Amino acid sequence: MALHTLNQAPGNTTCLERCLQALAPNDALLLIEDGVYATLPAHAAKFASLYQIDCYVLQPDLQARGIEDSVSAPFNIIDDAGFVELACEQDKVISWF
Amino acid sequence: MSEKTSDKKRVLIINRRAPYGRSNARDALDVTLTCGVFEMPVSLLFADDGVFQLLGQHNAADIGQKNLSANLAVLPMYDIEDLYVCADSLQQHGLNADELAHTVKTVQASDIQALMRDHDVVLTF
Repeated sequence: MALHTLNQAPGNTTCLERCLQALAPNDALLLIEDGVYATLPAHAAKFASLYQIDCYVLQPDLQARGIEDSVSAPFNIIDDAGFVELACEQDKVISWF
Repeated sequence: MSEKTSDKKRVLIINRRAPYGRSNARDALDVTLTCGVFEMPVSLLFADDGVFQLLGQHNAADIGQKNLSANLAVLPMYDIEDLYVCADSLQQHGLNADELAHTVKTVQASDIQALMRDHDVVLTF
């Protein structure tokens, strides 16, 4: 079980694709920094086929960019403490950047 | 586009990166304001992930940064009023020009060549 963090905006398509390909059942995905833009509805289809992956997005990064109210399914919004908790729950953290 | 009033070089600054995650957006703004101080004619083009810079309601205090949107809002005070956004990039991210926080002119990707030709210096961030 791994936590995957992705910090690149959707324009970096290879980073997002590689990350999504690497996700295994029971892994968790957390979008941080510019990665949070992928939670906009226009990009929702990219996450539609994920199977047994819990998807999260970091609240302070959404708030900084003014898109907190635009987050689409399947993302759960968590704060910094939630980030730490997730990292502790999983065996390892894999960073996509 | 503002008319050619002097022999000063016309500068086009292209913003291709999202704000905050890297320093590109802030660097572009610094250069823009510097050009403004020297009364050089400056235009800004927002394309690709750069269109995210134009969204409003930024609050970057919790990530320890300054609000970039507020800085964009003061550009008219420096007589920088030629802001362009790439329509194709907006569409890619599901955004409409009318939900942007700044007054920008919409251009098609195919118009960008002409925009570059109309300027003496093109800087990409």
